[in-house]
Amino acid sequence: MKQVEVTLNVNGKDTTLTIPPRMTLVDCLRDELRLTGTHVGCEHGICGACSVFLDDEPIRSCLMFAVQAAGHRITTVEGLLNEDGSLSDLQDSFWECHAMQCGYCTPGMLVASESLLAENPDPSEDDIREAISGNLCRCTGYQQIVEAVQMTAKRRREGAANG
Amino acid sequence: MKAAAFDYVRASSVDEICRLLADAGDEERKIIAGGQTLVPLMAMRMARPDMLIDINDVAELAGINDHGDHVSFGAGTRQRAIERSDIVSDRLPLVAKAVRNVGHQQTRNRGTIGGSIVHGDPSAELPMAALALEATMILRAVSGETEMPIDGFFEAAMVTNIEPEQLLTEIRIPVWQDARIGTGFHETSSRQGDFAIVAAAAQVALAEDGKVTRAAISVGGAAPSPVKLHGLEAALIGKSADGFQDIIALVDEEIDAETDVHATAEYRRRVTRKLVSRAIDDAIAEAGK
Ligand code: FES
Ligand code: FES
Repeated sequence: MKQVEVTLNVNGKDTTLTIPPRMTLVDCLRDELRLTGTHVGCEHGICGACSVFLDDEPIRSCLMFAVQAAGHRITTVEGLLNEDGSLSDLQDSFWECHAMQCGYCTPGMLVASESLLAENPDPSEDDIREAISGNLCRCTGYQQIVEAVQMTAKRRREGAANG
Repeated sequence: MKAAAFDYVRASSVDEICRLLADAGDEERKIIAGGQTLVPLMAMRMARPDMLIDINDVAELAGINDHGDHVSFGAGTRQRAIERSDIVSDRLPLVAKAVRNVGHQQTRNRGTIGGSIVHGDPSAELPMAALALEATMILRAVSGETEMPIDGFFEAAMVTNIEPEQLLTEIRIPVWQDARIGTGFHETSSRQGDFAIVAAAAQVALAEDGKVTRAAISVGGAAPSPVKLHGLEAALIGKSADGFQDIIALVDEEIDAETDVHATAEYRRRVTRKLVSRAIDDAIAEAGK
């Protein structure tokens, strides 16, 4: 199999790997870098479980080959943790609101919602549903996910106001 | 669901891309930009290129520019950039409405207007809007540059009239100069952001008395390719908001609806008539404001 050398910047860290060009970014993250927080479901861009940030925009990492990510910053769900390794406020709200059951969709939901909150600190329920519309969840019925995002948005706004 | 092996080249200029395409010999060489259509096709082994030429680093292939009578889009312009562009919302409101229906934030961040057009997915929204407005496409090859009208570019589902050695570099979408313009875009899909079962786009210009002087109408998903409804456009001239219902049936003559897993041909025809009618309604109402 053809192999190429690439350097990927993931969660602030550079790693040089030798991989075949056909390896998708999600497979590379999970199998080569052992960052298994990012999930892989459909492998053709339908479920959203593989969402990660490429630079500052969320993308589906099953629809990009890892070689294409060289020169970009990738942030996975592991990269959303606080610096001390504790859960971020959004991750915490997911826990508090029971916004997951099996957890399969959770990394993608976190990435999609974090991207929304970065752009819009006060999203309506419709905004939230639109932002996570590319992420399928078989368990929760989405309601608790919406609530977790609303809770985080509210806490961040209050935090900023008390600032 | 893994792509077959291929060679990968990250191109740095349009000339380099054209040379790579010209030198393909027996190999199948494919351009990859956003990859939102191509990568699933490769995962399903419906596409098996020997080489992928990545054009994402070629800056001249991205960007939106206002040229007065038209807006030009570099083929590699992301759908997200179109969604956020003030030029598009001011000058091409139909394109602005269409792009909101394209996929999801994660796919719009990667997907490009050029990729959406060259793949010719029958239900893609941007090709429909570009077709309604009679866009011109600029294709480059080693032998030179060709301008091609978009009407006639879509051959069949996922088949377009681009030669293997050609690169789509730019899409020019005309800006109407009429004083009173309105647009409408309606779509039905199984879930928000999914591919359209049927979508309809309309742009009209009105005279002072509220009668239509110019119309651009297209539908997607209804037939194996997006269709511009020339007959209906012509019939709409001189009509006003409450006077076009009797000509909507003309839609049936212009689309070749097919049955598939998502919908029957009859359902598609009915929904197409309804959505076209709503899109025209909205367009006339907006132009009348
Ligand atoms: S695994 Fe990427 S979208 Fe499903
Ligand atoms: S928690 Fe199971 S898929 Fe969402």
